[in-house]
Amino acid sequence: MPNILVVEDSPTMRQLISFAIKRIPSSHVIEATDGVDALKKLSSEKIDLILADINMPVMDGLKLVSLVRGNPAYKDIPIIIVTTEGAEEDRKRALSIGANAYLPKPIQTQQLLKLVSTFLPT
Amino acid sequence: MEKDTSLSNKADEFLQVFRKGEEFTKDLLKENEKLRFRIAQLEESLQRSGDEARTKLYEDRIHLMEDEINSLRERFRQVEEENKDFASKYIEVEEENNNLANLYVASYQLHSTLDFSEVLRIVLEIIINLIGAEKFAILLIDDKTNELIPVSTEGMAVSEAPRVKIGDGLIGNVAKEGESFFADDMTGVTGINPLEPIVCIPLKIKEHVIGVISIYKLLMQKERFNNVDYELFNLLAGHAATAIFSSRLYTQSERKLTTIQSFLDLLKEKPRK
Repeated sequence: MPNILVVEDSPTMRQLISFAIKRIPSSHVIEATDGVDALKKLSSEKIDLILADINMPVMDGLKLVSLVRGNPAYKDIPIIIVTTEGAEEDRKRALSIGANAYLPKPIQTQQLLKLVSTFLPT
Repeated sequence: MEKDTSLSNKADEFLQVFRKGEEFTKDLLKENEKLRFRIAQLEESLQRSGDEARTKLYEDRIHLMEDEINSLRERFRQVEEENKDFASKYIEVEEENNNLANLYVASYQLHSTLDFSEVLRIVLEIIINLIGAEKFAILLIDDKTNELIPVSTEGMAVSEAPRVKIGDGLIGNVAKEGESFFADDMTGVTGINPLEPIVCIPLKIKEHVIGVISIYKLLMQKERFNNVDYELFNLLAGHAATAIFSSRLYTQSERKLTTIQSFLDLLKEKPRK
């Protein structure tokens, strides 16, 4: 059962993403409200995929990506950035620090599910 | 001498009989040869006619199979068409399903609290994340002044959002008529005029308008609204209106209750002094 960590400060958005992902058979969603909360969840659960927003309080999504990539225990976990930042330079920046994919909001559920499926272990 | 003659006659007779026998045998052999030849001819013709019949049979079968192939091809084409039709219907249903799921989550969130500011925050989140708006304002009708007053904004200060009399301009008209407004061109909006949004949606409870949502700019990756957005936005506006109205009412009554309670407490305290 793949564990997907959804890191998003907006409760509405967090619930929207989680609700969509739960439709992937046998997937399990773990929620975190910011980068620090995500690191806590990473230390206590085996995570297969991370979906993270960029703009979050306490610790933003980009900082989270660099910390995850710098930690040998988590460095191979795929990370999808889901954000309202749609500029090309934001996308390039996120990918250059180690994000695997970049999905600008508003999210299209089908697009999100397709992207998530490509990063889940078979 | 006579004996010799009779012997010679007998030998001649025998030779004649023998020659006749030889000729008869030769005739028989010839006849036999002819018959063999005839039999061979008949066998050959019989085989030929058998081949022809078989060829005819095969040809008939080929025609039948060709017809069958053509009919199968036609059926295959039909099934392929049906399949395409089902696939596009499936995509439509899937999209509808996704939108319903989004609508469910959004309305669940909207009605999860009676805190007015919390409801406004949820409305903002929904408009940003589901609709894809970058700059917008929520304006509510003040029944005393008959004006639309900005209560919450995103991407702009509340002071930048306009106060509009009901019936005045584009925003005032949306509040008056209760009909949504969508600009034909939503892209390339550079300068923002607070009185001229690209989208203006009334917040209605049945036919009673309580306010409007004015959108001035969409997120850069959101070029335009598609059909689903119009539907979703209208439905969300309905839920948002109910949530805003009830939370505002609840907050006001809570405030009144606290005031009355304080007043009652004061009254109770007085006689003791």
